[in-house]
Amino acid sequence: MPSSASDTAPPDLAIVGAGPAGLAAAVTAAGLGLRVTLVDAGERPGGQYYRHPAPGLGAERPEALHHGWSAFAEREAALRAHEEAGRITYLPAHHVWAVVPDGDAWTLHAVAGTGPDEAAAALHARAVLLATGSYERQLPFPGWTLPAVVGAGGAQAMLKSGLVLPGKRVVVAGSGPLLLAVAGSLAAAGARVPAVVEAAAYSAYAGHLPALLRNPGKLGEAATYGSALLRRHIRLLTRHAVTEAHGTDRVEAVTVARLDRDWRPLPGTARRIPCDALAVGHGLVPQLELATGLGCATRPTADGTLALALDAEQRTSVAGIWSAGETGGIGGAQLALLEGEIAAHAIAGRTVPAALARRRARLRAFAAAMGAAHRPGDGWTGWLRDDTDVCRCEEVTAGRIREAVDELGARDARTVKLLTRSGMGWCQGRMCGPAVAALAGDGPAPDRRPLSCPVPLRHLAQLPPADG
Amino acid sequence: MSKRHPLDVVIIGAGVVGAAIAYYAARAGLSVAVVDRGPVAGGTTGAGEGNLLVSDKEAGPELDLALLSAGLWRELAAVLPHEIEYEAKGGLVVAPDEASLGALRDFAEGQRAAGVEAVEAGADQLRELEPHLAPGPVGGFLYPQDAQVQPAQAAARLLAASGASVHLGEEVTGILTGPGGVRGVRTRGGELLAPAVVNAAGTWGGRIAELAGVSLPVLPRRGFVLVTEPLPRVVRHKVYAADYIADVASGSAALQSSAVVEGTPAGPVLIGATRERVGFDRSLSVEALRRLAAQAAALFPFLADARVLRTYHGFRPYLPDHLPAIGPDPRLPGLLHACGHEGAGIGLAPATGVLIAAALTGARPPLSADPFRPARFAADPAG
Repeated sequence: MPSSASDTAPPDLAIVGAGPAGLAAAVTAAGLGLRVTLVDAGERPGGQYYRHPAPGLGAERPEALHHGWSAFAEREAALRAHEEAGRITYLPAHHVWAVVPDGDAWTLHAVAGTGPDEAAAALHARAVLLATGSYERQLPFPGWTLPAVVGAGGAQAMLKSGLVLPGKRVVVAGSGPLLLAVAGSLAAAGARVPAVVEAAAYSAYAGHLPALLRNPGKLGEAATYGSALLRRHIRLLTRHAVTEAHGTDRVEAVTVARLDRDWRPLPGTARRIPCDALAVGHGLVPQLELATGLGCATRPTADGTLALALDAEQRTSVAGIWSAGETGGIGGAQLALLEGEIAAHAIAGRTVPAALARRRARLRAFAAAMGAAHRPGDGWTGWLRDDTDVCRCEEVTAGRIREAVDELGARDARTVKLLTRSGMGWCQGRMCGPAVAALAGDGPAPDRRPLSCPVPLRHLAQLPPADG
Repeated sequence: MSKRHPLDVVIIGAGVVGAAIAYYAARAGLSVAVVDRGPVAGGTTGAGEGNLLVSDKEAGPELDLALLSAGLWRELAAVLPHEIEYEAKGGLVVAPDEASLGALRDFAEGQRAAGVEAVEAGADQLRELEPHLAPGPVGGFLYPQDAQVQPAQAAARLLAASGASVHLGEEVTGILTGPGGVRGVRTRGGELLAPAVVNAAGTWGGRIAELAGVSLPVLPRRGFVLVTEPLPRVVRHKVYAADYIADVASGSAALQSSAVVEGTPAGPVLIGATRERVGFDRSLSVEALRRLAAQAAALFPFLADARVLRTYHGFRPYLPDHLPAIGPDPRLPGLLHACGHEGAGIGLAPATGVLIAAALTGARPPLSADPFRPARFAADPAG
């Protein structure tokens, strides 16, 4: 097998994802004596959160754009040390497309490398930790497919990895704590931010004061972002949404309207804000397909997504499969680091330190409070006109989705997909899934993507045959 | 959803078979309700490729049914919305060697006698029909009657055109009976009363039969399909190797595969499908993917460089003799079955609808439904 561990016995643990959760789990598990394979789709460790500037850009201080960079830097150093010592096999640029049972162990199938170096890889391990993180939740609106409309997380990623701005005048919109961080980063990098448009009301936090007050660190983080906005004279519009983006070759302005409690735009409140870019996102969605492909149970979360059902030691419902970080519910990098460490202890058969468990419980409660406050209201689908594309890969409009539901007997996102092709394109419904489910009047459904990423047909054809 | 008129028939199952029965029963003047625990096309219909094949069926009752259906699909394509994507693309069966070409020739001879158009193609003609086909096959047969629909759309549009009252998301929990036989069904939402009930529950038809107190040995036969990235339309027909026919006819529970490769209007190439009896096991079979990919690349080498975007699986409703159960059940008056079509349900749906409508109205069926008698598996079929 290419690039698998040199030893013939499978390693104790394979970790999918080298973001905060996977990285923390890897170094902790190696420190506790396990042999670990750390597999990651990215070129460098850190995941979406600890994103590096591309080499060659000459960025001298990537940490300037990151909160808590030292937490990452320490673990990256530990990773290198464990690699040197042969305790961790770190495999970057490996995109795992499926995990399947293999006797009393597991096989992970991956596409390794890109371009001419692309190759198939099969890895084996006795236990698997899925730390596959999340992707951004997008709620479509007229004009969202215009050039220079980017994801809020995408804008942050562009800054962190390319040190480039999506525009000079960037409206930041959507919902969730990420918006303040994105606006702050954009402004710090020299963009003008005419407004941060937040669909939720911060007063929604009031219902969760105990959870918030038990997390002074997290509140301090928010306060830092908030005061940064004030200092830069950035307007924060709560209970407002961008309901349309205007422009021909790229976005030139957005319409912003006030919302009622259910996120329905209030008539007569629309106004235009000129801009040359829009960064928009509505929080994050756990990336679960490797887990759901194995049959791992899910649970609905306060933010309206599905997460894995995990026990106190990060076990999924499938014996031998563990998970940590955003897959267990969106909660941020600090929580992901903690859960990675907890999982590593449990997998190594050690007692989980009580302090870790306590901090996890506190951060989970905080995440649930934030999630509830930013959960999209049912009225958001009122932004969609019948000619608005909902699935951009296959160019399926809201009108066709409504027809499938109202006239053709679709009652869930899967049937809408069968009838309209929404979600059948390159992104496999990651972009339109939440929107299609909402239009179908359906709650979120577990990800069904038996292939987690596109796989060259040649790789499938060249797999070793079963039974010789 | 109104219940102003008393119902003549309740159809259980909003897949393509239930939808076609609703369509032809309504056209025969009956008042029809369709009930399903899920959405339209929520079972095997939604997992199908939409094959309308005569080429893979040997001369016999199933082929007669397929030929009747092929004509009905042509009629339906003229009246249903174009979204059903009916395409008379034709099937091309290729033989790797002289021995298999000889077997194919005999097979086609029998089919021709039953009314199938089958045109033998030499190696050069194969290349003209499918320029990207790998070198190797010594010949094959072109079947112009093989066609294609988009299955979920076909089911949804048939159901809409039927005008039936449709009850989706309502699971049938009981079959109501009285001294004269069937009285209707009970669902979680209430009762639907009718003197006839049709079991069109596909792979789950055995469970509905059980609710009615009769047995019907429908088993799931799993299939995987690979879907590539959108590609230019270079595969023109449904192309498969001759050994597919043996796989379809096999009764083995073990994994069988012989890839059927075809292009679609939207661009992706579909590669289907494997066959194995493993119950309702929804886990990924990497071996099934391997075989499909290897066989597809052997037929069309350019596919080796394509990316597979997704894969999905479904459960074909399998009956031990590979024939569907279509018609009244003598064990319970008023109960009819229309399930067990295995991988051919999309293709056989209209003919099934016509046979069931004839049975409900007492009209003369266009062909004998005797080979499809639902009670043929019972120890005492007269029961």
